[in-house]
Amino acid sequence: PKPLPSSGPKSLREMPHPLATSSSEEMGPALTPSPDLLLPRSIADKDLSLPNGTPVDTSSPASSSSLLNRLQLDDDLDVETRDLFVTVDDPKKHVCTMETYITYRVTTKTTRAEFDLPEYSVRRRYQDFDWLRNKLEESQPTHLIPPLPEKFVVKGVVDRFSEEFVETRRKALDKFLKRITDHPVLSFNEHFSIFLTAKDLNAYKKQGMALLSKMGESVKYVTGGYKLRSRPLEFAAIGDYLDTFSLKLGTIDRIAQRIIKEQLEYLVELREYGPVYSTWGGLEVELSEPLEGMSACIGNCCTALEELSEDMTEDFLPVLREYILYAESMKNVLKKRDQVQAEYEAKLEAVALKREDRPKVPTDVEKCQDRVECFNADLKADMERWQNNKRQDFRQLLMGMADKNIQYYEKVCVT
Amino acid sequence: MEDCLAKKMEITVSEAEKRTGRNAMNIQETYTAYLIETRAVESQSEGQCGPVESLWRRYSEFELLRNYLSVTYPHIVVPPLPEKRADFVWHKLSADNMDPDFVERRRIGLENFLLRVASHPVLWQDKIFYAFLMQEGGWKEMVNETGFQLKADSRLKALNATFRVKNPDKRFTELKHYSDELQSVISHLLRVRARVADRLYGVYKVHGNYGRVFSEWSAIEKEMGDGLQSAGHHMDVYAASIDDILEEEEHYADQLKEYLFYAEALRAVCRKHELMQYDLEMAAQDLTSKKQQCEELATGTVRTFSLKGMTSKLFGQETPEQREAKIKILEEQIQEGEEQLKSKNLEGRDFVKSAWADIERFKEQKNHDLKEALISYAVMQISMCKKGIQVWTNAKECFSKM
Repeated sequence: PKPLPSSGPKSLREMPHPLATSSSEEMGPALTPSPDLLLPRSIADKDLSLPNGTPVDTSSPASSSSLLNRLQLDDDLDVETRDLFVTVDDPKKHVCTMETYITYRVTTKTTRAEFDLPEYSVRRRYQDFDWLRNKLEESQPTHLIPPLPEKFVVKGVVDRFSEEFVETRRKALDKFLKRITDHPVLSFNEHFSIFLTAKDLNAYKKQGMALLSKMGESVKYVTGGYKLRSRPLEFAAIGDYLDTFSLKLGTIDRIAQRIIKEQLEYLVELREYGPVYSTWGGLEVELSEPLEGMSACIGNCCTALEELSEDMTEDFLPVLREYILYAESMKNVLKKRDQVQAEYEAKLEAVALKREDRPKVPTDVEKCQDRVECFNADLKADMERWQNNKRQDFRQLLMGMADKNIQYYEKVCVT
Repeated sequence: MEDCLAKKMEITVSEAEKRTGRNAMNIQETYTAYLIETRAVESQSEGQCGPVESLWRRYSEFELLRNYLSVTYPHIVVPPLPEKRADFVWHKLSADNMDPDFVERRRIGLENFLLRVASHPVLWQDKIFYAFLMQEGGWKEMVNETGFQLKADSRLKALNATFRVKNPDKRFTELKHYSDELQSVISHLLRVRARVADRLYGVYKVHGNYGRVFSEWSAIEKEMGDGLQSAGHHMDVYAASIDDILEEEEHYADQLKEYLFYAEALRAVCRKHELMQYDLEMAAQDLTSKKQQCEELATGTVRTFSLKGMTSKLFGQETPEQREAKIKILEEQIQEGEEQLKSKNLEGRDFVKSAWADIERFKEQKNHDLKEALISYAVMQISMCKKGIQVWTNAKECFSKM
């Protein structure tokens, strides 16, 4: 039997895709785009032609693509057209008989019709975020769900309630929700809405448990047992890329940590260095001023260096780790995709044996696979874009910090 | 600045060479010889220079010269030599005397020493010094012939004097304290600086790892690849830049070291004063006791307990002739003693005057030099920071193109 046209080894790039222009009038929530219209696109900011030069077909009303298009623009560029804003702030410690934990305030502002009120404010703890993420994974298995900050802190003796830890976590949770908000499909997920609005989330959670039986669909993707014939090249490539990518990020993480460690040791020595000049200044008459000055300078250097190390730890490292987690979850999606394809192939075989004309089940499966492929490609490209921007962002952060440090040195030494 | 040798002559220690030869104990050894070049400079208006003369000297000869100067001019703060062995090293720096960097820094130190002596208002006129610069052969014999070693005060004597002196000039006591503290604070400073340098080295070098990882990472990226690659290159530049930076800093450390050793020279002058003062006090004491003895013998009264008194009580009084003789001897001694005391007093006062003059000169030199050293150190730091800014700005640009 010949393979159905929309799947198989055909290069994703050869498929034409609608890339809406930057205006987004065709907006309107679309929950499940039909497979025909949902085609992959390549990423280039406002570049409307495919890498191989094929001009883009902009006639399709694929609204979710246009929504996806919006994804590639930075958040703040598109504020006017967004209709959902979510923030995480105001961490508070709760002490109960059984346990102590932190809750965060989740504030929502929206003009979407699905929401009863224009504004919501609820309190959520990490558990709730974890629950949300699991639910999203279950209900949207073909999508890439943004990662959460790590649940347990294994390294070192980190105080779960220390200001820095809580703040780092808050930022990560905020990012998590913002990414979901930006996602054209995920942001309309009902669990997400409940998460944002329900006063008593626990009640809803319990309700959800009872519906476990309805989760049969997701089980389908989890069951393994199907052997994959051949993985299409692009996904193999993605898999390889992700492997190397996480490896490199891991290395960078280690290097950054080492640098911070070395900087701290340097700081220790500097702290001893400064006061010696002061002592010397006490001995001298004419030289006491310049010597004291030297001592003060070194003190300032210490402060600047401290700030640098702190900033690195708080801003740079978490982002690295987040991307590593992201890569991990992407790999999982790839695996699922493989499963789906394997299933499809098996079913195809079965069909061939049965000689049916219209294999329905495989079509569904295959449609699903399409979706996976498309979304995967989209999200991957999307991630790439994000990488660029985010990387640029936090590199600039790193440089900005180095800059600050250095400029500080400059100012200080001139005195 | 008054007239001095440095104005009339260009002096450089221009080269260093490894040699092997037999030392005093006839054992084969490797040592470094330094080439001293001198050239007479005519007055500025003519702008002519004489021919370059040169000779080779090794470190031990420099030491001999300095010892000679210290003994011959005890009231002068004699410039110190660069360290004999590498001290205050941080891990990258070699402690090997044969290491080319060490030799190079020593060469500079030796040149500095010669220039300091040549520009000293008193020392430059010394003939032995002149011969050191101009006369290769027979210089050692010349120095030994001066017999300066005999004039050197024994360490023990000096130590004894330090403890027992009753009335040293307060200024010298203060100066001694100062030089002790200066020595201690500079050593501390140098030690910590070495550790700081070590750590800073570590920080820079680890950044080099970024270079490698970025390179590897860029291989799997498409749009980000170029940016990453070039940023990695800048990281490598950053990591490499620390070597030059720290080498420059060594120069600063050397300037500090010079004054560390100068502190020792200061102390030597103080010790000399204490010795002289102690000598004076002893001489005065001796004189007083002799006068007393004389008086006792003359008047027959025993005012203080003396063994003589006891023995005379036990064994009988002396005869008047014996007593006369003793008195005569004593009177002669007293006469001598008084003259000696006078001259010692004079010596002491002269010493104090001239020593203090040189100390004032030294203080000014020290303040000037150290101020300059601190300024140049600050300039170095600023330049290091500017380089850092440069590198990171470049890297930032690369990243922005990702």
